[in-house]
Amino acid sequence: MSEKTLETQENQEELVQEIDLAGVDDVCAKYIGKKGAIIPVLQQVQEHYGYLSKEMIERIGENLNVSPHQLYGVLTFYAQFYTTPRGKYVIRVCRGTACHVKGSGRISEVVKEEFGISNGETSGDLKFTLEEVSCIGACGMAPVIMINDKTYGNLTPENARAIFREYANKEE
Amino acid sequence: MGEHIVDNYEVHVCMGTAGVASGGTEVMEAFRKAFEDAGLPAEVKERNCKVKATGCRGLCARDVLVDIYIPGKEPVTYEHVTAEMVPTIVQEHVVGGEVVAKWAAKKDYYEFYEHQKRYVLKDCGKVDPDSIDDYIAHGGYEAIKKVLKEMTPEQVIEEVKKSGLRGRGGGGFPTGLKWTFCRNSPGDLKYLICNADEGDPGAFMDRSIIEGNPHDVIEGMLIAAYAIGCKEGYIYCRAEYPLAIQRVKRALKVAEERGFLGKNILGTDFEFHLHLKEGAGAFVCGEETALMASIEGERGMPRSRPPFPAVKGLWGKPSNVNNVETFANLPMIILNGADWYASIGTEKSKGTKIFALSGKVKSTGLIEVPMGITVRQLIFEVGGGIPKKRKFKAVQLGGPSGGCLPESLLDTPIDYDSLIAAGAMMGSGGVVVMDETNCMVNVAHFFLTFTQRESCGKCIPCRIGTKTMLDILARITKGQGREGDIELLESLAQDIKVSSLCGLGQTAPNPVLTTIRYFRHEYEAHIKEKRCPGRECTELVKFEVQEDACKKCGICFKVCPVNAITWEKGKVAYIDKSKCVKCRECIVNCPFNAID
Repeated sequence: MSEKTLETQENQEELVQEIDLAGVDDVCAKYIGKKGAIIPVLQQVQEHYGYLSKEMIERIGENLNVSPHQLYGVLTFYAQFYTTPRGKYVIRVCRGTACHVKGSGRISEVVKEEFGISNGETSGDLKFTLEEVSCIGACGMAPVIMINDKTYGNLTPENARAIFREYANKEE
Repeated sequence: MGEHIVDNYEVHVCMGTAGVASGGTEVMEAFRKAFEDAGLPAEVKERNCKVKATGCRGLCARDVLVDIYIPGKEPVTYEHVTAEMVPTIVQEHVVGGEVVAKWAAKKDYYEFYEHQKRYVLKDCGKVDPDSIDDYIAHGGYEAIKKVLKEMTPEQVIEEVKKSGLRGRGGGGFPTGLKWTFCRNSPGDLKYLICNADEGDPGAFMDRSIIEGNPHDVIEGMLIAAYAIGCKEGYIYCRAEYPLAIQRVKRALKVAEERGFLGKNILGTDFEFHLHLKEGAGAFVCGEETALMASIEGERGMPRSRPPFPAVKGLWGKPSNVNNVETFANLPMIILNGADWYASIGTEKSKGTKIFALSGKVKSTGLIEVPMGITVRQLIFEVGGGIPKKRKFKAVQLGGPSGGCLPESLLDTPIDYDSLIAAGAMMGSGGVVVMDETNCMVNVAHFFLTFTQRESCGKCIPCRIGTKTMLDILARITKGQGREGDIELLESLAQDIKVSSLCGLGQTAPNPVLTTIRYFRHEYEAHIKEKRCPGRECTELVKFEVQEDACKKCGICFKVCPVNAITWEKGKVAYIDKSKCVKCRECIVNCPFNAID
């Protein structure tokens, strides 16, 4: 990781309160001694905390008796793992073929217009993260986005904007 | 209707990913509420009114789809149902017996199914994916019973060989032969893996099968495990499919409780344990050796073959990997016999294939047709042709590994070998249709962006070669193409094809090669004239209304999101470039191609 990424990570971590690592131990306990444990452990720790911090990764290493290098090697390979905090709402814009042909590029631009974030970025208030993903697999209703686990299809720049504003106005 | 007959009214609500996204959950809830409503007359109240969630039936563009089954009457399908419509449907149709004609599916809905042969998807959209009893009621788990009672493993393999089934993951390797290799490998512990890492952009049949009928896949895996001699198996599913994962988890748990998985299956000494592994977001993990590395908890990088997985696969043990759709074909091959199966399709490509039809076509969705149907039939008969009266330009078959075919090849039959001869491939079965407002260089650039990003970086031809090609394509789309670029792309493509380690790199140049082969004039227009015929490369589009082509209809004026277009009735439209954000809405919507 570059100096800069580490720096942003530190800035954002100030926003995140002190993290209790007990959750990491709980996840690891289920997998100690099992083969092929690394990915499921990383997935479940991330599910618990929303991302994987340096401390969490080190703690996983201690628990599973693997080096942090090996863990970083695995988690940097897969698109699904994040080392910085993520927004409360993750907007996944599908960039699959059908969506591309039907103008999904514009949908990403609308996210940028609304929240000032580009692909992979999280807004300053930790509310939104934009992710351009490969095919979501709902090509019949292209262009498609997902916000957390909810799928929205047949979008136009305008109805997408309305959806984003609805989320932006949601009470915490 | 007799007063004392207690029979079932059934309401089926599509709850595939598209169904849920269109509000399926709310529709189900509304029906449940409506049936609890005290205002219903006794003859409806006393009957058993069941609301059932089903999987995807294919025509996702019309979701939420709802079927009403009333005994003694033809089932009726409603399209685009919302929760608000439910009380009316219940009052007029279920209670009153009158179909709500304005919302009922019309002729075109039934035409979509008319040309299809739905065997694999037979029960998708009919079975409740969360109910093993419903699956059994539809003849589920009969095939594995037959296999365990009447057949030896060798006989099962023989049957599959005779059926002519070829791998549905895209390569088309004969399934029975693949099994033989693994069966003949020495060793007690063998693994069976279901590849549900459907990463091809534009393909979603695996997801729909798993979401719509998970037990069908489990049963197929049981048959394969028995034939090959595997005690343990994995379903490797994309993490991007949360609904599929949820349904597989539930199906595995119930199948184990009911004795279809685990030890002593159905009272025999056959043993098979099945686990779910969630992928973590890497397209290359669809390649079997990379997939196995990923299950082992490593970076998902392919290994060189030999040794083949059948000899040395997962954890170093003999392993067999098949695709979801391949497994889903097995129960019916066993139940109906290899001869029946081999009577469908062409000489060398047997059975049906599911295609995901999307892009610029009227009926987008999942389509199951016999092998050998032509591309033209697929797009124009089943898919209903191109919307907005646009002209067909190209069709991309087989995802990022496949190729684009032009109009002149529309009569190519869809089977493994004809497609390869045309420069495309079956791939996973994604079919993306493009019209005259799409640019072929842009499409090639799009696919290569994807493969370049998803290249695992292990081998140099793929890592650096795709990047170099992508840079050239990017230049061309920006109007900085140079004389000799096309030839350079062709020679790079050949090198990458022959020297890459795995299928990702070996097929990555296909979209570029086919677009050059069939649409060379578009490349030349970009390079020599700095013009984009599809008007998709925005840096080359002038965004000017061609006065002689403009029919003064005002459509562009209505669709422009930033009010950059001025227009009055009977006058040619004008685009103010200082306001224009180049979103292309006007180009896509102008019926006369008057904007350049």
